[in-house]
Amino acid sequence: MVVPRFWRERRHRYSLIGTRCPVCGTVYFPPRNVCPKCGRKSLGKMEEFQLSGKGKIYSYTIVHQNVLGYKYQKPYIMAIIETPEGPKITAQIVDIEPEEVHIGMPVRAVFRRITEDGKAGIIQYGYKFVPDWEELEK
Amino acid sequence: MRDVAIIGAGETKYGEHWDKSLRDLAVEAGLKALEDAGIYAEDIQAIFGGNMSAGSFVGQDHVGALMADFAGLAETMIPAMRIESACASGAAALHAGYMAVASGLYDIVLVGGVEKMTDLPGDMVTDILAGAADREWEVFFGATFPALGAMMARRYMYEFGMTREQMALFPVIAHKHGALNPDAHFQREITVDTVLNSAMVADPLTIMNCSPVSDGAAAVVLAPAEIARKYTDSPIKISASTFANEYISLHSRESLVRSVSTIEAGKKAYKMAKKEPKDIDLVEIHDAFSIIAIIGLEDLGFAKKGEAHKLAEEGQLYYDGDLPYNPSGGLKAKGHPVGATGVGQVVEIVKQLRNEAGKRQVEDAKVGLAHNVGGTMTSSIIHILEVM
Repeated sequence: MVVPRFWRERRHRYSLIGTRCPVCGTVYFPPRNVCPKCGRKSLGKMEEFQLSGKGKIYSYTIVHQNVLGYKYQKPYIMAIIETPEGPKITAQIVDIEPEEVHIGMPVRAVFRRITEDGKAGIIQYGYKFVPDWEELEK
Repeated sequence: MRDVAIIGAGETKYGEHWDKSLRDLAVEAGLKALEDAGIYAEDIQAIFGGNMSAGSFVGQDHVGALMADFAGLAETMIPAMRIESACASGAAALHAGYMAVASGLYDIVLVGGVEKMTDLPGDMVTDILAGAADREWEVFFGATFPALGAMMARRYMYEFGMTREQMALFPVIAHKHGALNPDAHFQREITVDTVLNSAMVADPLTIMNCSPVSDGAAAVVLAPAEIARKYTDSPIKISASTFANEYISLHSRESLVRSVSTIEAGKKAYKMAKKEPKDIDLVEIHDAFSIIAIIGLEDLGFAKKGEAHKLAEEGQLYYDGDLPYNPSGGLKAKGHPVGATGVGQVVEIVKQLRNEAGKRQVEDAKVGLAHNVGGTMTSSIIHILEVM
């Protein structure tokens, strides 16, 4: 793959920037150019929206058979995270043992290396989530 | 719109065909369907071929032209196109063929489905199949296709309390039926323990909760219902052909435990065929993962939400039960050559409705329903077939 494929998504993947529909107020992540609820009325009006990076685990799995580029990470935890702003996000959960993960667990986004295109290829970065110990200890 | 009938059906055995190529499989299934219909290749006016990813699996695109060419039709110059809707490519091709005949544009149409998956190592196949999900926002972060299925299962178990043991009943039934189907990829019965103790793919799904990687092809010949009896004594009417889509990624959906596309396509199919769930004598439900079959059965009205496993526990889903489910063996045991699957489900229903299904014959079968989904139940395509 060439650099632009990853470069063009960097702001969304590095900083969790999605979009918000000014007509109905719904927040989307990943970003959308059209709001599925408002259709053409939202066209050209979608605004950038920064997520807080906080969330709770909505569902998860432990992956034992990987897609390409994840061989040395397995077994790893994949989850769908519910954010307080509305969107759900698919990401890895790290810095925790698989048996400690549960639905409802508070987590927060961190900036991590995601994978790389072979030994000489592009190193790709983005978000993973870790347990939100501040919330967990409340 | 005209009524459309199936006048011929054929398929290859599903499995690891080391000696057969993509084109070999497609042509074998196509010729079987033509022979069954009692017509010749030159009688065909158009071909619609379901195929998910020959471009990635064997480096071959332009699959429609290739199929027509090696079926011996290059000089007839008929239109032939490949239709893609991930794992629902087969049913999508049938939907397209149905429209072509119903509209009156063509009379005799060949609908095929083919996938050649075993020419690549397993991790590459896993990666290609993940293309049915959102590559940039699910797969990029490490989600495999089974991982997405597993997250549906985990959430379902959390919301309804279903156990892994209950979920394991679905592959057990599939393998029981596969053992009765000489064309199935797996023809060996398994137990709940086999499912629970097999290799973990994506917790809570073991490899026995997942359909295999198979090669195979299936085909049917369509004709206007009014002339179908010219070709066969037992034409099968397509009473409904419906297709619905929803958000491609799981995280964009309100719920992981229901499929709004299956609900929508199902509702439209029952209306189009003037049928209700109780009128259906047998079903071929998409069981790429056990959880997809469970959600499918519920969303098509065969069980209350959260209770599909009860049908399995009560023994209703065996081919001689009250709701014969996947008598072919389903994707789990018959196999899942992705582009062929949707057409293969319909081939099974045709065999059942003609009373030609051998040891797994459903008694007195008059109406059958096929449910084929693409991605994580993103696309849902329903066909209802009945004897004429």
